Amino acid sequence: MTKTLRALSLSAVLIGAAGAVSAAECIAPANPGGGWDFTCRQIGKILYDIGQVDEPVQVTNMAGGGGGLAFSSVVNERGDDADLIVAASQATATRLAQNAYGGATADQVRFVGAIGADPGVIVVAADSPMQSLGDMIDAIKADPGSVAFGGGSAVGGFDHLKVLQVLKAGGFDDITAVKYIGLDGGADAITQTVGGFTQAMTGDMSEIVGFLKSGEVRALAVLTEARVPGFDDIPTAQEQGIDVVAVNWRGLYVPKGISDERFEEWGAKLAAVAASDEWKAAMEANGLAPFTKVGGDFQSWVDGVIASTEELSREIGVIQ
Amino acid sequence: MEIFSNLAVGFSVLTWFTLSLAVIGCFLGTIIGALPGLGPSNGVAILIPVTFSIGLDATSALVLMTSVYYGAMYGGRISSILLNIPGDEPALMTTLDGYPMAKQGRAGDALVISGVASFVGALLATIGLMLLAPLLARVAYLFGPAEYFALYLLAFSTLGGIASNNQAKAALASCIGLGIAMIGLDNTTGMPRLTFGNLHLMDGVDFLVAIVGLFAVAEVFFFIESHGKGSSIGVKLEKVTVPVKDIVKSGWTMLRASLVGFIAGILPGAGASLGSFLAYMSEKSIAGPKGKFGTGVPRGVAAPEAGNNAAAGGALVPMLTLGVPGSGTTAVLLALLMTLNITPGPTLFTDRPDVVWGLMASLLIANFVLLAMNVPMVKIFVRVLQVPPAVLLPGVCMISFVGIFSLSGSYFDLLLMVGFGVMGYVLRKLDVPTVPIILGILLGNHMEDALRRGMVLSDGDWTYLFSSPISVGLWIAAVAGFVAPMFLRKVLQKPQAITD
Repeated sequence: MTKTLRALSLSAVLIGAAGAVSAAECIAPANPGGGWDFTCRQIGKILYDIGQVDEPVQVTNMAGGGGGLAFSSVVNERGDDADLIVAASQATATRLAQNAYGGATADQVRFVGAIGADPGVIVVAADSPMQSLGDMIDAIKADPGSVAFGGGSAVGGFDHLKVLQVLKAGGFDDITAVKYIGLDGGADAITQTVGGFTQAMTGDMSEIVGFLKSGEVRALAVLTEARVPGFDDIPTAQEQGIDVVAVNWRGLYVPKGISDERFEEWGAKLAAVAASDEWKAAMEANGLAPFTKVGGDFQSWVDGVIASTEELSREIGVIQ
Repeated sequence: MEIFSNLAVGFSVLTWFTLSLAVIGCFLGTIIGALPGLGPSNGVAILIPVTFSIGLDATSALVLMTSVYYGAMYGGRISSILLNIPGDEPALMTTLDGYPMAKQGRAGDALVISGVASFVGALLATIGLMLLAPLLARVAYLFGPAEYFALYLLAFSTLGGIASNNQAKAALASCIGLGIAMIGLDNTTGMPRLTFGNLHLMDGVDFLVAIVGLFAVAEVFFFIESHGKGSSIGVKLEKVTVPVKDIVKSGWTMLRASLVGFIAGILPGAGASLGSFLAYMSEKSIAGPKGKFGTGVPRGVAAPEAGNNAAAGGALVPMLTLGVPGSGTTAVLLALLMTLNITPGPTLFTDRPDVVWGLMASLLIANFVLLAMNVPMVKIFVRVLQVPPAVLLPGVCMISFVGIFSLSGSYFDLLLMVGFGVMGYVLRKLDVPTVPIILGILLGNHMEDALRRGMVLSDGDWTYLFSSPISVGLWIAAVAGFVAPMFLRKVLQKPQAITD
């Protein structure tokens, strides 16, 4: 028995270390199961399938501090590892903007590209009296306590900020009176909304696809510039006179110390993934909308997002 | 019958290849479950990249993963019974009667009974899943913050009588657990609590670190203290037979525990640990003091094992029908499905019947394979006890370190684990039970979140907590569960005196 145990623990270590010699590594800064894990596994699989890398990409889960642990580990220990990519999303930018990574700043890594985005949505149960964003905003103006929102992120997180942005744009300024509860993920938030415990759910398109198809929830608005292909009957917030665009982009960052050539190379590889049929299928199956920005373009775009998130967070008092 | 034709579709995807995958998965799962620190969720997570690198298709990957999942649920009991160290968190309750049984020289009996109980629990849950999954998904819509809070309260209200004769010490232990659960990012405000600015503590304390520390590492300290003589590991070993009489006697226990576990599994967030806990506590209160739960009785190992395996099957209900993972392992399985471009949710049963029914068929097969594998293998497992403690314990210790390091790859967790070991040593010296600490860590966060969400929704109105028939029912059960043992003990002691 002990022999078996020893052999197994050894093989577990070997599995963990396999491919560490020259293959690329993708760090998912969370436990298996979330969006970052999806990014790493999906992009890693396609990179290999379309021949952009010679060996399968090894995915490492490094959960902790909402991504902060992975961030500090990359900055402090692997600052020039050119074979390392790290999954990131809007949540990474939000947390950096809110100084949630223990003093770490966005300029300590390089954001190399995003190849898809999960459009922000606001949904209600199918039998809700609210038919549009206007109805929702009117109800909140009349009684801020009458509409409670459920979302998959903690208070101050992106799901929370999204709904506050919408309300501000709709002319409701007392945003601290808005009821929001953070649940364990978007699906949980939908269950609570269908169950009638919360009146609306704020989240990402990917989280609601199945429930939309089964007719249990209705989307009031999608927070993109144009309607999302495949979901053409959901109006954008802009169409309803609310000028808010909020998408949860899915992308990667790399260590700061790598050469410009390697940075551009990763950008090109990502662009190739974005153009592949396999990625398009994966996006469609998961409710992602096309959103490709790579290299320097993406870096400056992220800088802009962080600056505006910081401003909003300060305004609502999440940071001083 | 539609079910049978659906199942036929499911079985049609099975080939000799997938069948052998199921056998391999069950074997790996059993080992992974038995190793302290390596639970079902990291077991499945470790194997995900393997399925990709050998290019398994969706069905085969699912067969392998669910076999590992069910296998680990079976395997967790082995180290609970033989070493008093839970192999994974749902097997925690099995230590309470399993280890005393082993000390009485009935390790083989305990392993066989718990193996059969695991089979009954998993089989009933799989059948329940097949017949009722889409219907049961609705149950999740009935549980809001108030109902969840009352459910967790029910669990804590019955904690007093657990694993200790001193209710105050059990209460102290659960408070320590609840305190540890407070560490980390506060979900309601997004602010870090008790982290001392340490990023490693931002996500809180992983319960696996606590379990391995409090049980495995503390055991090693005891061993060192006694210079290898007085270690509690020294259990007796007798001939292994199939204890038919005990299995038959535990029949009703297994059925009831399966039902309790299955229901706990269906509720997202409750999961297998709560399932085995509630199953054990309800059986304990049904049996009363006459049942002698906690002293090494067959029903005491049958209940938690039937309960946690049923909960493992139950947890697949919200995962498949709502996309809400009910436990750590189902969260990993969910990730696997998404990577295979299968999105669980309300439409999965109609969109991808091949996947759903292939999964059901593989669950059934895994379960039979596991029974066939586990009962004869008991003879091999009990050999562990023939290994001298001086060899066994350092081995267990080493595996614990590897297992915990594989969780996050951080040395910090290892230090924390040793810290928990010291704490476990001190607490056991003071006769404070450690099981309630783990339950506090496991359930404390969920309970607090439920309460605070309820308070946000109701503007701080406490009556919200009693606002639905379900929550009122759970409150009554919780109060009864807390008060009843105090009175029942006196009432039940009389007839016992007569029969004695």
